[in-house]
Amino acid sequence: MTARAFTENLGRRVVGGVEEFGYGSLLLLESLYWIFVGHFRQQPVRISAVMAEMMRIGVQAVVVVTILAFANGVMMALQGIYTLRDFGAESQVIPGLAMSITREFGALIVGIVVAGRSGSAIAARIGAMQMSQEVDALRVLGVNPVRHLVAPILLAMLVVMPALTILANFMSLLGGGLLCSLQLHMSLEAYSQLILASLVPFDVMQGLIKSLVFAVLITLVSCSNGFAVSGGSEGLGQSTTRSVVLCIATIVIADMIFTFFLSR
Amino acid sequence: MQNSAANQVDTRADIRADAEPVIQVEDLVTYYGDRRILDGVSLSVQPGEIRVIMGGSGSGKSTLLRHLLGLHRPTSGRVRLFGKDINTISGQEMFALRRNMGVSFQGGALFNSMTVGENVCFPLREHTKLDEQTIKIMSRMKLEVVNLAGYEDLMPAQLSGGMLKRAALARAIVMDPKLLFFDEPSAGLDPVVSAELDELILCLRESMNITILVVTHELDSAFKIADNITVLDRGAILMTGTVDEVRNSDIDRVHGLINRIAENEAVDIDDYMRRLTRTN
Repeated sequence: MTARAFTENLGRRVVGGVEEFGYGSLLLLESLYWIFVGHFRQQPVRISAVMAEMMRIGVQAVVVVTILAFANGVMMALQGIYTLRDFGAESQVIPGLAMSITREFGALIVGIVVAGRSGSAIAARIGAMQMSQEVDALRVLGVNPVRHLVAPILLAMLVVMPALTILANFMSLLGGGLLCSLQLHMSLEAYSQLILASLVPFDVMQGLIKSLVFAVLITLVSCSNGFAVSGGSEGLGQSTTRSVVLCIATIVIADMIFTFFLSR
Repeated sequence: MQNSAANQVDTRADIRADAEPVIQVEDLVTYYGDRRILDGVSLSVQPGEIRVIMGGSGSGKSTLLRHLLGLHRPTSGRVRLFGKDINTISGQEMFALRRNMGVSFQGGALFNSMTVGENVCFPLREHTKLDEQTIKIMSRMKLEVVNLAGYEDLMPAQLSGGMLKRAALARAIVMDPKLLFFDEPSAGLDPVVSAELDELILCLRESMNITILVVTHELDSAFKIADNITVLDRGAILMTGTVDEVRNSDIDRVHGLINRIAENEAVDIDDYMRRLTRTN
């Protein structure tokens, strides 16, 4: 009996997962459709809505991203210097910082901050609209909910995530630089020259491409969780939590897969 | 009051029985999982008519409304609005059709992130190329109609229940629709406010000559505004008739519904014991 229950449960979850993946893909296609075609059908994606989302998702996250990225840079430099000291190769920490921050951690920190802030907020906002029939009201007013709600978020994310990633890269490198200049007795100028010398444009591009992928993932996961809300305030709470957890999980896993293929 | 009663008689004569029905439902069947929610519902509503769909909780009236709005696809059967089958027409045609429909949802469903005024302007901004000043004037006109002039800068959360419904009505009629749907106009309102809303519905039909479909379980309100009432029970139509026909109906369940007689289903003692002692 328990084996049967287990199999049933597993089957149901797999089907649910596939269904959700399909729903997310459709949401992406539909958003892109409205972004590119909406204008010609007199149903454009509103620039004012995109601006409002950029404000909420991006501008309001600047302080958190700055602080976290700076702290992350300091920590990475500390750990690097500490580990490399055994080999007498402390100065090798600089190429290490340059590559790991631009390729990896800048984008990842931004991803996690945005997933935590906006992944929950978007799911809660769309979920509450679903509960109060506002989504139905949009439909019967002849306004496609994907065009009105999802497309502006997707556009805003695609602009804001790379921008935040550049900021995070800069702040992390600055944090690392300040620590290096103290511990390794070098000037910030020498530090920045070493950083630039150890980077190729593709390192930075890699981080930016990742941030674009994260932008799409966070948008789709949070919006689909918002539209899936049912069962009152309990359901809303569950969907919001689920949205944040899934956002962070998907971006970390996507990051791993990306890194695996890009660093071969 | 007297005046409006007299007008009521006049407008009722306007209903054209020979015209093409605005709403035509044919043999609508729908399931939620295994449960049959609507079981072969057919009805048609003539232009200019106020039709009330009445039924108790769980009768399927909300589901029927969602089908009429094109929010659900039926398992089988057809829904035609203005002669067009809404489940087979293209997205573009549905889009055009929706400009002629207004809907006032049960809880209002005003957009919480916008002011009352922006809510009422919203359909105009989306569907017309009017300039901002004209849009403002038109939305204020509709707010005047529902007696909410001067409230356009408030947020929906700051309105009372009755005001919310009136604001939702203003948004529903801002595009001058030919067909208006109204979900539970009196739910959660006190009798006076609910009576005001009934007056407003009658008044709208008079001034704009629109077809109105109201879903409600409130008897007083239904009897006051309806030209015809369709009584829905357990997903099927018990009867459709004028207010008097429904009042004097000798169908048991209609009689029970309008006289508020609670139904006691015969208890099967074996089944009852089985329910009490079931183990899982």
